[in-house]
Amino acid sequence: MSEATLERGMNAFREQMNAPVASFFSSCVNCGMCAEACLFYTETGDPKYTPIHKLEPLRRVWEQEYTLWGRLKSMLGLSEPVTNELLEEWETLIYDGCTLCGRCSMVCPVGNDISYMIRRAREGFVAAGYAPEGIKGASRRAVTIGSPMGVKFPALAAQIKHVEADSGLTIPVDVEGADYMALLSSMEIMNFPEYLEALAKIFKQAGVTWTISSEAFEATNSGIQIGSSDIARELVNRVVVAAEKLKVKYVISPECGHAYTAIRWEGPNLIGRPYEFKVVHILELLDELRSAGRLKTEGTEDDRLTFHDPCQIVRKGGVLEPPRNLLNMVATNFVDMNDSREMNWCCGGGGGVSANERAEELRIKAFKRKKTQLDELNVETLVTACANCRLIIEEGLEEYRMEMPVVGLTEMIAEHLVEDEK
Amino acid sequence: MSTSIDFLLWVRGPGFDIALFIFVVGVLIRLLEVVILGRKPDYSEPRGAELGAGLLTLVTRTAPEGGSFKRSPFTVVGGYIWHIGFLVSLFLFVPHIELIDSVLGIRWPGIASNLVDAISAVTIVTLVAMLFSRLTHPVKRFLSGPEDYLTWLVTFLPMLTGYLAYHRMIDPYPLVLGLHILSVELLMVLFPFTKLMHAFTFIIARWYNGAMAGRRGVQS
Repeated sequence: MSEATLERGMNAFREQMNAPVASFFSSCVNCGMCAEACLFYTETGDPKYTPIHKLEPLRRVWEQEYTLWGRLKSMLGLSEPVTNELLEEWETLIYDGCTLCGRCSMVCPVGNDISYMIRRAREGFVAAGYAPEGIKGASRRAVTIGSPMGVKFPALAAQIKHVEADSGLTIPVDVEGADYMALLSSMEIMNFPEYLEALAKIFKQAGVTWTISSEAFEATNSGIQIGSSDIARELVNRVVVAAEKLKVKYVISPECGHAYTAIRWEGPNLIGRPYEFKVVHILELLDELRSAGRLKTEGTEDDRLTFHDPCQIVRKGGVLEPPRNLLNMVATNFVDMNDSREMNWCCGGGGGVSANERAEELRIKAFKRKKTQLDELNVETLVTACANCRLIIEEGLEEYRMEMPVVGLTEMIAEHLVEDEK
Repeated sequence: MSTSIDFLLWVRGPGFDIALFIFVVGVLIRLLEVVILGRKPDYSEPRGAELGAGLLTLVTRTAPEGGSFKRSPFTVVGGYIWHIGFLVSLFLFVPHIELIDSVLGIRWPGIASNLVDAISAVTIVTLVAMLFSRLTHPVKRFLSGPEDYLTWLVTFLPMLTGYLAYHRMIDPYPLVLGLHILSVELLMVLFPFTKLMHAFTFIIARWYNGAMAGRRGVQS
């Protein structure tokens, strides 16, 4: 990252200005309804967490430079400029108090897509040097080492060996011409290697040809979280180069929320062209295999269980029904939360918040929203499809002394695969 | 008496022309300022079409999402009442229709004056309640600045003066009618420079919101 200055920040803000942003700022009447959609407000009761308020610095840039009236006011010295002090004050609102979950964007009566603007505003903050150390560190490691948690390929190779020895399955690496290239998140490599085993089992049964690239296996993208298109582009590009080199038809985004946003939705725009391959989320792929009859399961989970919709996969990713179709294959007692699908509440750790140590206390407070949702349902098991949500929820449950296993959906499906089919 | 007639003549004549000019040109400039910014092409492979989803959101956002209704019932109900009341008073009161006909040459049927009267009364009371809510609700009070109160005032004044004029509560009548027209002119003049612009830009905002979500396969 080159030297951050207020001027670079201002330029980054200006680069983010477009018709949607201008229409959103023009339309806000401070009705305050977005506050009630934000878990940082509902769980703290502090109005400073009102989503639209988090955008004050970007709003000032818009008003002062992109409206005639605002320009006149600035010329007359009647407006308050964006300063280092302002950005410093707002840094915690925009990074610690927002997970980019996008729930506010679903309720705004004038239609403002507030999280879209927060994502864009972060570009200015990071360029001006106002971003949390935790995410900065993760971004630095992602660029220099190749993964935000510092996981290099030898670490993955060791896990692959481990999984292969345990399961007797083969995990293909660098296989040219495979149909699918699977990406992983560091979190899965280090904390949930069951995911890798699950993939191998499922793909073997379904007859899917797949591979992992030793050059680009990391799906997470700290650049998206910190709000730096430069970093995000660099990380997406590694995946694109590897996938196009291996000539795969599809890249599989793993059970990680923002990884999907990064590779599926932002990636092509970061590199400025469409890909030569398609991106599918693992749940989409499994659901396709299910409907094609290539995914055969046996036995059922009879616990009362629910599904936590990861914001980036569901509300902001559009993968709404696949998790439910898959759960209904193996679970007899699945219930949805009161607010689910595109209206689900965030776990509190998305958008880089989980990598931001400073935000921990606030995040634990915000988790009370998920706790309330779970208390209402009286479930025994929670299923989700994002390694980050999973870790955050496990931490939250522990904090509030709730005993409940948190399971990845892909693994749950893998556990129920019909074994004898070769 | 003659000064109040002079006043009425001015607000109906040159005053109105000036206000109308500022309103129309101002709104056009503001809309242009938004639209010319455009947006970059999106190279991601769409899951759904933007157009239909955007248009649908334009309509569906009129009704609040269930959970937010439960969490902000007053804002929602109060918002509905005064917006509808304001529009009914503005567009369905026969003398207003006459005025619009004289300027634009288009007309439509109005509703009974005493009905508009009752609706206006409800709207005025609701607007006062909305102001009270803005001053007391922790989030709204925190967010609100001078512009929020100014826009409330210039929305409220035409309703109040209209009510006073209809009931001839101020003498002489030309004075109160002139004040009513002047208050509307104030609203028109401030309109392009304030968040009153949302009355037009919400269409663009809702469309973008719906289109961008629809592209990803979500109806927002």
